[in-house]
Amino acid sequence: MTRVLSMASGSAQAALQETPSGFDVHRVRADFPILQRKVRGRDLVYLDNAATSQKPAAVIEAISRYYERDNSNIHRGVHYLAERATAEFEAARKTIQSFLNAARPEEIIFVRSATEAINLVAQTYGRAHLAAGDEVLITAMEHHSDIVPWQLLCEEKQARLRVAPINDAGELILEEFERLLSPRTKIVAVAHISNALGTINPLATMVRMAHDKGIPVLVDGAQAAPRLPVDVQELDCDFYAFSGHKAYGPTGIGVLYGKLALLEKMPPYQGGGDMISSVTFEKTTFNKVPHKFEAGTPDMAGAVGLRAALEYLNGLGLPNIVAHEHELLTYATDAISRIPGIRVIGTAREKAGVLSFVLDGVHPHDMGTILDQEGIAIRTGHHCAQPVMERFAVDATARASFGLYNTKEEIDALVRGIQKVKEVFA
Amino acid sequence: MADLRDLYQELILEHSKAPRNYRQLAGADHKAEGFNPLCGDHFTVYLKMDGDSIQDIAFQGSGCAISKASASMMTQSIKGKTKEQAKELFEHFHRTVTGTANGDGSDLGKLTVFAGVSEFPTRVKCATLAWHTLQAALEGSQESVSTE
Ligand SMILES: Cc1ncc(COP(=O)(O)O)c(C=O)c1O
Repeated sequence: MTRVLSMASGSAQAALQETPSGFDVHRVRADFPILQRKVRGRDLVYLDNAATSQKPAAVIEAISRYYERDNSNIHRGVHYLAERATAEFEAARKTIQSFLNAARPEEIIFVRSATEAINLVAQTYGRAHLAAGDEVLITAMEHHSDIVPWQLLCEEKQARLRVAPINDAGELILEEFERLLSPRTKIVAVAHISNALGTINPLATMVRMAHDKGIPVLVDGAQAAPRLPVDVQELDCDFYAFSGHKAYGPTGIGVLYGKLALLEKMPPYQGGGDMISSVTFEKTTFNKVPHKFEAGTPDMAGAVGLRAALEYLNGLGLPNIVAHEHELLTYATDAISRIPGIRVIGTAREKAGVLSFVLDGVHPHDMGTILDQEGIAIRTGHHCAQPVMERFAVDATARASFGLYNTKEEIDALVRGIQKVKEVFA
Repeated sequence: MADLRDLYQELILEHSKAPRNYRQLAGADHKAEGFNPLCGDHFTVYLKMDGDSIQDIAFQGSGCAISKASASMMTQSIKGKTKEQAKELFEHFHRTVTGTANGDGSDLGKLTVFAGVSEFPTRVKCATLAWHTLQAALEGSQESVSTE
């Protein structure tokens, strides 16, 4: 069970939200223009952060400023603006490098999303290293984005996709994971945080187990990048993927981190401009890492926006965000679990701000519609993790996922909303 | 503003809790499965045909209140109808739940309780899943249908 701190409920307690470090959620909320709007005549209660996060004004303004002042194509012109745009783009790369504590900026590759990052590794590293009879090891809590690219690869190579099981709390069974690491395993791909269950995986241990057998590890960090301080050198993972849009940045931009030694040996992903150093019809010489993996004009404004987002997170302090979201999770788990008929799906000891649940006799979809009438946005469905639904024998769940701007009052609103759902279905 | 009571009408709630014709149909000669991959709803519709008319119909599966009630009430309103009549009824039902019916007069009977769905565009797929599945069953296609 998730540890639940005993906590007085009620508004007096809920109003006391300033942590000792000075993280003031109400001040933070003012940074997000969308949170000021009404939805269906009510204050927006946005609890769908695992799907995508809202953007602070700093991000929106950085993107506007880029288009108003700096826009040009990168790495090509000699003119002033081309220089400005290139500098902005490369500065974004450096910000991401330090956000992940990567050893070098070349280890940061700009992609469209976490999904593209995983596909890139499957299609380059994977295709170069897998042969018939080899294996790829994932876990039972992966998002479809970390299942299907490997399935496609395995089909092409007549390799086998192995799946490490989870227990009833939604935790990886480490012994089984270790047992499945075989001489045939060519790569391990695992979520840092499960988007359907909230489970935080014991990555450092998993990476060590895999590396003991010489197997590289890709981490799907889509949910973790905005929720935990990530240090890729300390984790020692070989690849780390995340999306800008879940980390308070814009859509259309994502990141693949890879260890330089691996990236240098990998074949290119897509062909096009920028990824080459010379082209004749006979032979093309590829550009250096990271440009080798960045064919065509990238999402430059997206990179600038992502930089602004990560700087915003650094400004608030990731440890403060972790503490705030943990408090929300604890408060919400306690409040939701008290409602008769509720079953929480995913009760790992190590858990991030994602709360999946089902209510007896009410389909999550109906719950979602009724909550929406109250201005409360949650996600309902299988969360692109159908194998997880199957594991817990449900078709779908309702999922409230918290962000740095959520408050206990919003969780109180969610609880009142669920009471309303029960009234409709009484 | 859309009113929840327009969507979750008493009759709909009642059917969702106690769906009619909810069983496997012995001796069915047509069958189809329908999925809504977005929310995980899935239904199987069974038919027993007598020439061109639907002699018996039943369904099984799981889904939200709207999709379940829609399936239940569909089975009631479709029994005894011909293939052509069933198709016409679906078209009318579809116009009603998408809010494009313009009051064309023909009688939907009890199915008019689903008119409220038109104010909830994200729920149209729920209301029509069983109907799409019925159509697949009537056409005898073996493939499962999906509302995505
Ligand atoms: C754990 C996890 N991995 C991957 C993804 C895919 O992210 P994107 O759609 O931004 O590529 C998601 C998004 O829902 C996710 O939660």
